[in-house]
Amino acid sequence: MEKDKLTLQYIPSGDSAFIIKAGEGISEEVNTTVRKLLVSLENWKIEGITDFIPSYNELMVCYDPTVTGYRHLLDILRACGNDIGAVELPDAFTIDVPVVYGGESGPDIQDVADHNYLLPDDVIKIHSSVIYLVYMLGFTPGFCYLGGMDKRLATPRRQAPRLKIPAGSVGIAGNQSGIYPIESPGGWHLIGKTPLQLFNPDRQPEFLFSAGDRIRFFPVTEDEFMTISEEVKKGIYNLKRIKTV
Amino acid sequence: MLTTVQDKGRYGYQRYGMPIAGAMDVFSLRLANLLVGNDENAACLETTFTGPEIHFTADGAVALTGADMGPAVNGIPVPINKTLKVTRGDTLSFSGLRNGFRTYISFAGGIDVPSVMGSRSTYLRANLGGFAGRAMVAGDELQLGETKGGIREASIPEGLIPRYQSGQTIRIISGPEVSRFTMDGIHSFLTSEYRITEKSDRMGYRLSGKSVTHTEAGADIISSGISRGTVQVPGNGQPIILMADRQSSGGYTRIACVISADLTLVAQMKPGDTIRFLEVTIDKAQEIFAERDLLLRKLS
Repeated sequence: MEKDKLTLQYIPSGDSAFIIKAGEGISEEVNTTVRKLLVSLENWKIEGITDFIPSYNELMVCYDPTVTGYRHLLDILRACGNDIGAVELPDAFTIDVPVVYGGESGPDIQDVADHNYLLPDDVIKIHSSVIYLVYMLGFTPGFCYLGGMDKRLATPRRQAPRLKIPAGSVGIAGNQSGIYPIESPGGWHLIGKTPLQLFNPDRQPEFLFSAGDRIRFFPVTEDEFMTISEEVKKGIYNLKRIKTV
Repeated sequence: MLTTVQDKGRYGYQRYGMPIAGAMDVFSLRLANLLVGNDENAACLETTFTGPEIHFTADGAVALTGADMGPAVNGIPVPINKTLKVTRGDTLSFSGLRNGFRTYISFAGGIDVPSVMGSRSTYLRANLGGFAGRAMVAGDELQLGETKGGIREASIPEGLIPRYQSGQTIRIISGPEVSRFTMDGIHSFLTSEYRITEKSDRMGYRLSGKSVTHTEAGADIISSGISRGTVQVPGNGQPIILMADRQSSGGYTRIACVISADLTLVAQMKPGDTIRFLEVTIDKAQEIFAERDLLLRKLS
């Protein structure tokens, strides 16, 4: 059966940004196209482009309209879009993320369990048995939108959001799972905590994860959490990252 | 009174969820830097509603652009939009807001704070950049960079200075999700007067007024990129104009985007001000922006 030809839409957002829409909704295929567009446009080194915002199904291209007018840029974007078949994506990685589940680190794990007629141990087992795809980052620096959570864990947002969620908290909201990289308010159900620093402006790289990476959570004890925390602070923690094939 | 160190913003990291931050009114920041012979991206102070008292411990030059907060040096009123020479021992102070909302204070040599991820802008939510990642407080001391030789005194020509006042009509370009709104909703958006509410800050302006209604598909979209000046409308039908500290992506329908040339007007609005929207084409928007930019470049 012949594969559908790729249809990209080019939509302006104001006079200094363009959206390239790769498809509708959330899917790995559409998201891969977004990532290819980003790699391709970066390689083309187009004068006047100031930044990129990739999301689930769109790539926003920010530009300086005094350097390149929108018609000219549109021509270039179309040319690039027609040519992405040959684009090779850089290596993506699968990263193991240590998590201490439940207790003070995961105060809502019982709620998630109750809502889904499970035991907290089931929640831990299910949550840590999936490999999640990082679709995009947004909301706050280093926050990953993860895909692939097992629907058996789906729990609506908390009725009363918290004013302060500690950095490293692992949570569930609706069908999604995610990690809060910095302390922030939020309405997610917290099931655990990771000692990893997803974002550290004084480190290279500043951000541990990029769109296209995959994440696997693995349970650790409170003691292991403390040890890893110390190693992370000293910059000596051995983060397990393997190339995704 | 929120005073922070800002430059044009932190670019290249929106893909990691890092907002651009930087000056709310980039145009005024550029003017301020031009007046003291700085690179247009040099770090300045952005001050909101009221201005700080600043003592100079060395000779130099400063400039004030954006809002007129009634500035004075050693008690004697000084003009805004003009290079001001200062000597060691001088005090700059502000008597009160007369128009606009945010003043930019540039210093010859630029403010010397560490560059974090390519920028000196302060992103308050992550305690990042600028002066120790926070707003300025009494007692703080600012170091300045080296100046590039003699400062040429200059002033901004009348034609380039925007008029900051309530009741402005802001030009917009139709947004990516305009079809997600009812005809009534779009009509309301383009003909009603909206009020800037107190819930406005560096992230954005929350407006109140006639509801901008959605079709049955509703107000939610999957997280998508947000450019500066994007107007989002959540389920309650009340528009939000996203500004400097906006998140890089968001889940509400985007009805419009303010044209670049009018961002300076928006950035100078304050709670209680009213605003209206007028649709223009991208060609028109870019023409206006290019004209103004040309005038600006002639000054440097």
